[in-house]
Amino acid sequence: MSRKEVRLSGFGGQGIVLSGMILGKAASIYDGKHATFTQSYGPEARGGACAAEVVINSQPVHYPHIVDPEVLVVMSQGAYNRYVPEFRESGLLIIDMDLVTVDEQAENHRILSIPATRIAEEMGQRVVANIVMLGFLATVTDLVSIDAMREAALTSIPKRTIELNTRAFEAGLEHGRKAMAAGVSG
Amino acid sequence: MSRRVSRPSTGKQGVLEGEFFMLGDDACAEGAICAGCRFFAGYPITPATEIAQRMALRLPETDGIYVQMEDELASMNTIVGAAWAGVKAMTATSGPGFSLMMENLGLAIMMECPCVLVNVQRAGPSTGLPTLVGQGDMMQARWGSHGPYSIIALAPTSPQELFDLTIDAFNLSELYRLPVLVMTDAEVGHMTEKVVIPPYDEIERAERPRPAVPPEEYEPYRCPPGELVPPMAIAGEGYRFHTTGLTHDERGYPATADDRVQWSLVQRLIDKIEKNRDRIIRLAEDEMDGAEVVVVSYGIAARTALWPIEMARAEGIKVGLLRLITVWPFPEERIRELAGQVKAIVVPEINMGQIVLEVERCAAGKVPVISVPHPGGGIHKPEIVLAAIRRAAGRESDL
Amino acid sequence: MSPRRGLRQATYRQRVMRQQMHLDVRHDAVAGDETHPMDEMLREDRLPHIWCPGCGLGIALGCFIGALTKADLDLDKVAVVSGIGCTGRVAGYIKLDSFHTTHGRAIPFATGLKLANPELSVIVFSGDGDLVTIGGNHFIHAARRNVDLTIICVNNFNYGMTGGQAGSTTPIDARTSTTPYGNFEYPFNVSSLAAASGAVYVARWTVLHVRRLENAMIEALQKPGFSLVEIISPCPTGFGRRHGERTGLDTMRYYHKHGVITHGANVHEAGIKLGGDIVEGKFVDVDRPTFLQFREDGLSKALGRNDK
Repeated sequence: MSRKEVRLSGFGGQGIVLSGMILGKAASIYDGKHATFTQSYGPEARGGACAAEVVINSQPVHYPHIVDPEVLVVMSQGAYNRYVPEFRESGLLIIDMDLVTVDEQAENHRILSIPATRIAEEMGQRVVANIVMLGFLATVTDLVSIDAMREAALTSIPKRTIELNTRAFEAGLEHGRKAMAAGVSG
Repeated sequence: MSRRVSRPSTGKQGVLEGEFFMLGDDACAEGAICAGCRFFAGYPITPATEIAQRMALRLPETDGIYVQMEDELASMNTIVGAAWAGVKAMTATSGPGFSLMMENLGLAIMMECPCVLVNVQRAGPSTGLPTLVGQGDMMQARWGSHGPYSIIALAPTSPQELFDLTIDAFNLSELYRLPVLVMTDAEVGHMTEKVVIPPYDEIERAERPRPAVPPEEYEPYRCPPGELVPPMAIAGEGYRFHTTGLTHDERGYPATADDRVQWSLVQRLIDKIEKNRDRIIRLAEDEMDGAEVVVVSYGIAARTALWPIEMARAEGIKVGLLRLITVWPFPEERIRELAGQVKAIVVPEINMGQIVLEVERCAAGKVPVISVPHPGGGIHKPEIVLAAIRRAAGRESDL
Repeated sequence: MSPRRGLRQATYRQRVMRQQMHLDVRHDAVAGDETHPMDEMLREDRLPHIWCPGCGLGIALGCFIGALTKADLDLDKVAVVSGIGCTGRVAGYIKLDSFHTTHGRAIPFATGLKLANPELSVIVFSGDGDLVTIGGNHFIHAARRNVDLTIICVNNFNYGMTGGQAGSTTPIDARTSTTPYGNFEYPFNVSSLAAASGAVYVARWTVLHVRRLENAMIEALQKPGFSLVEIISPCPTGFGRRHGERTGLDTMRYYHKHGVITHGANVHEAGIKLGGDIVEGKFVDVDRPTFLQFREDGLSKALGRNDK
């Protein structure tokens, strides 16, 4: 596997940072690859957009920052406005469909959508939307294996919430499978 | 009224082992704990705060002491006091706090007190860019406290190396009885990667030399014949010794009338480092054989240079990387050697040119030395370093 | 100089010599081979000391040694920490584990010693300029935390060693080498500062009141927590001579006349004014868990530890 760059974005409180942590952990600890996770600090972490950046490689990661990500996960309109204009053509854009409205800026991207927050709310806990999203991400990309992502997620959350997070993760997987079966839209 | 309170232990209780996906700052704290550090005094400052937070969480689990001080002056002094009580002690800070610690870094040097100071460098001057990377404190690390002395400073490139070098820092501080600086930065400190923590019993831990004579014969600053590091008594053992930041004789007594004692004391403080350079200095070299251009760098700047180095190699330029794991003492011998072998030396660093001055001094005009400065706030863009490598190799750069 | 005055000065010198005999003239012909009871506690190879004739530091040190020997301490487990200044030299004369640190930083250094080895009795012996001016932040925070330290602060209202400059304890209107027209800053009341910051024991005595001073030191040494003994002491060279006290003895006479012993006095109203009374006594003696006790108890609960 060559170098892969992923940006996960949304607004503060959605668990974006934890998502980046889990993705990196899945790749490096459970899939045996190399992964570097960094957070965006400074002005761009304010004003509604919050981002986690993950580089995954089978070789050691020299350059720690993402330069031209191929996967962009967007969980807020602010993050969409901030990151989509600079996102590469034909990159995979994954959105939370209830929180993000897509416009012509995204017309050259492959788009997959999932109502991650709505699914989480239906489970009674909006905070697990990020785990729903990670289940989805593991299914629709080959960044990390599903088992690695599940293991990384369930070892990164409070023990008393394992049952809820497992359900959230599986719901994300399920949506991912459906999306894959339906083919890439957009 | 007086209730007993427990002393910090040095046992393995609560020490981690295994593979972790860990923040650099956290890895630093865990490295300290693995090294036997059971005392942390600090003051929160971005981007070093996570080290203090981790220590606040972890030291109580390992029977250690965490104390949050009122400022960095106090932090540095408190770890020096703690080290004199026999524990391995550490503080961590960033630029502004590093400046405040300078006076008492000198105290630790003068008293020959083992301790570790971590600087997670950010961009300055002054408050600068609190969350963003810099390497602007490298000369301050060497010369920041007043007066003549030598120091040891290490520069890690990843959370794993930050873990490893924090252990090394403790060992060096114990062996040579001085404060050792871990000069990391906001990139490495705030980066999360895999960190492997070996079993506790497999980690080498050095301990300071201890007196072999009874109290009535003990002189705190008398070295055994042929040695440069005096055995260290600690408070409460009955040695009833004296130590001071004043220039002092072997008894630890002030000797301030003229420069005679100053000569021998300062010379020994310097010699104990400089005469052990071979044991202290560690370098990482990559494809140095037959290299026409060598990149000399350290810390995050050396790591990010690997990408442009690969690009240059793909263009057919023979580029080697000499990474300074130990920045101070500076590996003068190796640079002098290289100066006779290569076409040019390229020095990227996240300041406006600090270690490049040392490289130039050692190259002594034999080869061109190309500085690739960055004021801090980000890491070098690969094309900037690539352009410098091309220029060094005598290739036209299209940038 | 009138003969009368010369006579008085000679008497003064004799008095001072007598006060300090045990410290700096023990080995002259008169003393012979006799050992002094305090020999055990002093580094005789460091003597004579640097202090001026008439300085109160010899008395303060004598009281301190008396207190140490009477306070039922294991002297191998005692550490003395000083900062910089005339008082800061105490650490160099006392034959115990002793640390002469940087200016203003004796308290954090002592905090490190104490927290790293709670079995130590840690005493900070330093001056007013060191402890509450340049080191004021550490002083209030150590008191706030209630670190188990005994602070002995010799207050002579100026920086003596460097030639009598003003500091944060210098009384209003006082003339010093940096306040040649008088001091126009409000001074700190050292005892009040400690009490307000959380000290569990606060006493103030002049060096004239040696028995009471020694007893206060014993109490402070035995008190768990941050305890302060403020010692009002003459500095004839740096301060007294500018205020009508040409000698240390003149200052002692002033203490005799103006010292007002009021145990339990409202410490916050016991500020020291030039030419005014000096309220002295034990001001604060309360119980509060020390930093380490408080921490140990809290951690036992939080981590479910057995009480150690």
